[in-house]
Order: sequence, then C-alpha cells, then structure tokens
Amino acid sequence: MDWISLILIPAIKSLILVIVLLTGFAYATWFERKLIGRFQQRIGPNRAWTFGLGHPIADALKMIFKEEIVPSYVDKILFVMAPGLAIVPALLIFAVVPVGPNITLFGREIPLVVADVNIGLLWVLAVAGVGVYGIILGGWASNNKYSLLGALRTSAQMLSYELPMGVLLIAILLTTALGTADGAGTLSLVQIVNMELPWYIRIWILLAFPLYFITMLAETSRKPFDFPETENELVAGFQTEYGSIKFALFYMTEYLHILGASGVAVSVFFGGWRGPFVEQAPILGVFYFAAKLIAMVFLFIWVSASVPRPRYDQLLRFCWTFLFPVSLVYLAITAAIVILL
Amino acid sequence: MAVSDGIKGAVEIAKSMAVTLRALLAGPLTVQYPEQPIAIYPRFRARHELRRYGNGLERCIGCMLCEAACPTGAIHVEAAENDPEHPVSPGERYAKVWEVNLMRCIFCGDCETACPVEAVVLGHEYELAGYSRDDLLWTKERLLEPTRPNVIIRTE
Repeated sequence: MDWISLILIPAIKSLILVIVLLTGFAYATWFERKLIGRFQQRIGPNRAWTFGLGHPIADALKMIFKEEIVPSYVDKILFVMAPGLAIVPALLIFAVVPVGPNITLFGREIPLVVADVNIGLLWVLAVAGVGVYGIILGGWASNNKYSLLGALRTSAQMLSYELPMGVLLIAILLTTALGTADGAGTLSLVQIVNMELPWYIRIWILLAFPLYFITMLAETSRKPFDFPETENELVAGFQTEYGSIKFALFYMTEYLHILGASGVAVSVFFGGWRGPFVEQAPILGVFYFAAKLIAMVFLFIWVSASVPRPRYDQLLRFCWTFLFPVSLVYLAITAAIVILL
Repeated sequence: MAVSDGIKGAVEIAKSMAVTLRALLAGPLTVQYPEQPIAIYPRFRARHELRRYGNGLERCIGCMLCEAACPTGAIHVEAAENDPEHPVSPGERYAKVWEVNLMRCIFCGDCETACPVEAVVLGHEYELAGYSRDDLLWTKERLLEPTRPNVIIRTE
C-alpha cells in the first residue's frame, strides 16, 4: 500500500461523497416539494428556472445570509455545537455503503466505497445512534419546553425503534452465513452486496422489508413519525429556537438521514449497485444504485404524503407490542432456516 | 396488539397510499394564473364599460338612474343639456361626468339593470389592481374606451 491508495484516494472519494451528498440533500428537498405537490394535485415549486430547479440554490443562499440569532437564555456552547453533532454522523453513515463495483482508473483498481470496514452494519447502527445526540442536545440547550419535549420524544422514539431495526438486521446478517464461503457470515456492506444468495433467501429477506421500512421511518423521524418536530403540538420541536444556517444544518441532517437509511436499505435488501450488464460496464452500477436510491426516497415521500401522524403513545405501543415481537419471530424463523439449510 | 390488527392497519395504509398515487397520476389541477388565463362564465361581472351607438353617439342620457340604483354609492353622474348642433348623446341630456369608484363597487350589476338605454354594462376585464386611489376612480373617458380583455369564456 503506497500513500496514494492509503490517503489520497480515500480523501478524494470522501470529498466527492460529501459534495454529492450535500447536492443530493438540496435536490432531495426539491424532489420532495415537487412530489408532495403532485400528490396533492399541485404543481410544486416552478418559479426559479425550469421545473423550479433553482429553488434549492435560492434556499441555500437565503439560509446562509439570514441573521444568526442565539437567544440569550440558551446554553451557548451546546446550542452552537448541536447542529454540527447532528450532521456529522448523518454524513458518516454513507461511508460504508458501496455505490458501485470496483472500477479501474489510471491503472488502479478503485472500490466505489469510502471505507470497506468489516464492521459495516455495526458502523451504521453506531453512527445512527450517535446522531441522536445532536437532536437531544439541541433541544436541551434551547432551554425551552417545546424543544425539550421534542428532544425527549426523539430519544424515546429512536431508542425504541432501534431494537426492532437491530433485530431485523441481525436476522439478515444470519442469512449472510449462507452466502460466504466459510459459512461465518459478514457485517461488511460491500460483501453483503457482492454475495450470491439462493432466490428463496432473497424473497425471505424482502419479506422483512416492510417492517424494516417502518423502523427506518421512525429512525429518520420522517412523517408519519415526525415526533421530534410535531408542528401542531411542539411548534417545531428541538429546532424551534434555531435559525439561519443552524436550522439549515438540522434540515440537512433530516434529509441526509433519509439518504443514508435508503442507501443502507438498498444495499441490504435490494442488492445495492447490482443490475443487468454490470459485469461488462462497472460504471453502470453507480446508476443502478442511484436509481434504487431515488426509488427508495420516492417511497419515503409517498408514505409521508399518505399517512397521518399517529399519537405518541400509539407510536411507542406499536413498536413494543407489535413491531418488536414480530421481528423477534422473524429472527427465530430465520435462524431456524439458516441452521436447517 | 394482535397480528390481525396489524394486517388491518397495513390494508388501510395501502388504501391511503393508493389514493395519493391516483392523485399523482391524475396530474395537477393548478392553473398558472398570470401566464394561463382562467376561464370565466359568459355572465361574469367585472369592470363597467360605457357604450356608444354605431354612429358614435354616447348611449348615456344622463338620467342618473344608475346612481340611484347603486347600493354603495359608487357611481357619480352629473348631467348637462345637449348642444343641438353637436349632440353627445341622442337624448336631451348627456352625462358630463360619469364616474365609478371601484374601491366601493361591489359588482352587483344593479346599474346595468337600471339603465334604460343599456349604456352601462359590466364587462369582462377583471384585472383591476391600481397603484393609487385615482387609478381606481374610473372616469367617463376611460370607461368609454372599447376594451377587448384577454379572457377565455367558459363553455357551459
């Protein structure tokens, strides 16, 4: 390993990834506004440039040039720190998601993933867990009842839904034992995507997707589970006191969580970058991945346009008395299948 | 929570998502108003217009019935005797001043109904925003100008 492949290539890859993610975030907001509009038989943003493609840029400029207000009663250090704490984990999740197969560039074999770590999925869960801190600290530092309530709800919601999510992921990790040569399974997302699994196992994995998707909605606190910011009860929850670019960072975090969760779900459930003719033209993999990612984001937006928000106790009861037991049953059945095969 | 509840809930959510999907496929209903005109009904009542006869004489004979009929007092008419050599209207008198204050007008159409010679009618020009109060006080000269507003008439 020379220094180019050790430092330079990962640095360039992370830079590209961050730029793509931040642009992707901006256009995810555009995609959502446009789609929600169509779902409500409106046209959606269409004033700035063709199809309103200039709106995200205008939004960004507006956010940057707005007055930065730090209320006098907040805990200033935590208040300023919280948005950063929220957004860094959201960006980090994507580091282990493979966006394509290995491609050859300038005579070098370059894997299209920033870090192929062998604890891939654990990394995702750990980083997603850290992401809660930004929101909780933001709500706490705001020194405001609504913000604190929003933050507390977030922590309870995320802790509860991490359980079924983790259990479902464990079940899927068990099936990787069938795909690896030594039968030990793997945590690496790169290997999970590369794996050849029998078709009935693929279908069995897909059966878990609806449950996993519900936990994804709760983990990213998207509608219908947007309890951290329940507008009609908590004003804007943890981000009530935030303005200008700090608010934008929280907003960014929300969309990056969607992109990250979608990327992980695409890799685990839908074969990541795989698709027809990828062997002949590896770069096609990136487009397959992007298409699957966009389809997943579409699903997020579709659900948010269709389903009303439940009550908070309903959310937790659903998790503990339905989702968690069902995922445990799923885990048990999967374990039996893996042992018997 | 029973499993049957979960299945029932899933069916309901699938139904609601089908509703939104149908809305998505149906396409937007929005009319891009300033660029796309909105179709109006043939009897739509917008700004007043004063009419002339084919020979160029004003129809208005200054009878002030419109002023009397106006429920908000938006119309102000001052009549004057016609000069027999150069008549303005075919009757004995004509309207020296005929003003309508569109800030008061409620577009009820009573003036139109009251007019015995069909001199005042409510036309189709509804884009009436102005920059000052004077802009909204329409005088006879402006009302007499023939207009062809850019509107689409809705077919019934």
